[in-house]
Amino acid sequence: MKKTTNQKAWFMVLPVLLLVAFSAIIPLMTVVNYSVQDTFGNNEFFWVGLEWFEEILGSERMHDALGRQAIFTTIILLIEVPLGIFVALHMPKKSGVWSSLCLVLCALPLLIPWNVVGTIWQIFGRIDIGLLGYALDQIGIDYNYTQDSFAAWITIIVMDVWHWTSLVVLLSYAGLKSIPDAFYQAAKIDQASRWSIFRHIELPKMKGVLLIAILLRFMDSFMIYTEPFVVTGGGPGNATTFLSIDLVKMAIGQFDLGPAAAFSLIYFLVILLVSWVFYTVMVHSDKESGS
Amino acid sequence: MAKITLSNLAHSYTSDNEYALKTMNHVWNDGEAYALLGPSGCGKTTLLNIISGLLAPSQGQVLFDDQDVTTQDTAHRNIAQVFQFPVVYDTMTVRENLAFPLKNRKMSANYIEKRVADIASMISLNDILDKKANGLTADIKQKISLGRGLVREDVNAILFDEPLTVIDPQMKWELRTELKALHQRLGHTMIYVTHDQTEALTFADKVVVMSDGEVVQIGTPTELFEKPAHTFVGFFIGSPGMNVLGAEISGNKARIGGHELDLGHGYQNLSGKLEIGIRPEFASLSRNPDDLPITINRIEDVGHYKIVRASHQDMDINIISDEGAEIFEDMKFVSFDSSKINIYADDWLVEP
Repeated sequence: MKKTTNQKAWFMVLPVLLLVAFSAIIPLMTVVNYSVQDTFGNNEFFWVGLEWFEEILGSERMHDALGRQAIFTTIILLIEVPLGIFVALHMPKKSGVWSSLCLVLCALPLLIPWNVVGTIWQIFGRIDIGLLGYALDQIGIDYNYTQDSFAAWITIIVMDVWHWTSLVVLLSYAGLKSIPDAFYQAAKIDQASRWSIFRHIELPKMKGVLLIAILLRFMDSFMIYTEPFVVTGGGPGNATTFLSIDLVKMAIGQFDLGPAAAFSLIYFLVILLVSWVFYTVMVHSDKESGS
Repeated sequence: MAKITLSNLAHSYTSDNEYALKTMNHVWNDGEAYALLGPSGCGKTTLLNIISGLLAPSQGQVLFDDQDVTTQDTAHRNIAQVFQFPVVYDTMTVRENLAFPLKNRKMSANYIEKRVADIASMISLNDILDKKANGLTADIKQKISLGRGLVREDVNAILFDEPLTVIDPQMKWELRTELKALHQRLGHTMIYVTHDQTEALTFADKVVVMSDGEVVQIGTPTELFEKPAHTFVGFFIGSPGMNVLGAEISGNKARIGGHELDLGHGYQNLSGKLEIGIRPEFASLSRNPDDLPITINRIEDVGHYKIVRASHQDMDINIISDEGAEIFEDMKFVSFDSSKINIYADDWLVEP
């Protein structure tokens, strides 16, 4: 069959191209533009090449923020994923009042805006009026997240676990619900232990949704900004200054647009790279297992 | 291996008196192959799950060799079950899958290895023992789940819950033949649930036909064909099913409409709704005006025979005619082989 050539078809793509250009490409290019220039005000810019990138990559400030970010993300993944699976496994499997109640309870934290979550915990943890802070103080535990960086970390981690474990729970629960009864019945007949059932039936069947959950939690926690900003403002000192907070300080606090733009791009590439590696590994392991 | 007795058994899923399984008493003989046949929702899977112990009956007892196991769970009843949907452990190899039930029962490594090798060669899985189980086709997966039942030497019975539903048609035959051969070789009591009559009739020594929560007939394939105990069995088995015609019966005569038919035997004291049942195989077209007049609606040629779809007044009559037999326009009557006519009162077979 002979294909007809009609170059006019390119015009069909034009609206999408324009939309994407305005929503993504042009703003991103503005950042790229700032990242290779310097200014002394008066709207005069001059070319500095990759200088800002070199500075940012070599700066201790970026390294520290990245380190804190990596530790934070690792900790919350290590807590939220197993905890989420654990909770999902203990939720009622049969549809009914109880499972609906559990689902609603789980979904609640997910519905609260970031800012509000931050405010809730900011007040909850205060030692003068907050229920948690006051109670801990009264039973003699030295807890003050505005002065003690350990307490600040604990507060932010507990807050994130409170806010986001539900996501892992809901996804795991959906995965568990999709396992046909026959698998559990066969396991019973085979006299499989509880651990074997989890290891050989539940976990493999949950794998798909779990990988999505981990990917989402990785990206979200790596970009966390609002909640620690509201609770600790990045302090005490720089103790909870994660990448986003540091970036905003640099761009808006100090108005270092060039370095901040370079920082943004590096930050963006790190998330993109990790997510891509993760996605590739996921797809590859799926292919290998043949499903 | 064991004889399984169901005594006074019944089951209801709800608390009111709506029984999914009506009260029944039945003995499954040791070493026989049974098929549990019936349409969807007739209670056959419920019955199977009660035998396997996945479901506790709301009434009555299950006995294995005279020992009451009603309250025992599945693992302690030592039964094997193959489900409609093939169950394999995805993360394990075929070998690990087969070894799994033995490992859980803390058997020695030597024994497990030997047993797995035996079973694998019996159901011809030798070549793929070290493959991951989840990349395999549905029929192989189904074999693996069967194998997991067979590795245990002490199984009392093997239960199949529509095991061929997800298997490709050409593999169905192969797997069914293999199952049959396996039964002859091992002599396990086997109960095979299906809604497919071909599957039931080819697999089983005895077919248990269920309808609406009760067993309507237990018999060999021949018995089910020649003497259906209930009009339902007549309809359900055979393709097309038995012709059932409302009639008045006195002595050895049946009257359909204004027409009289000879019966092979005499019947006395009949009451209730009376019908005669005749298989399409035993009906033939004729030119004889003494026979029952019919209107031919259409003729289906299914290759090795023809199905004549006809009717007498409002009653449908199917006739199976040889592929070679010619059908003429003046064949407006049907004659029945009188020795093959069964009489039903209120849907149940009446013996002469």
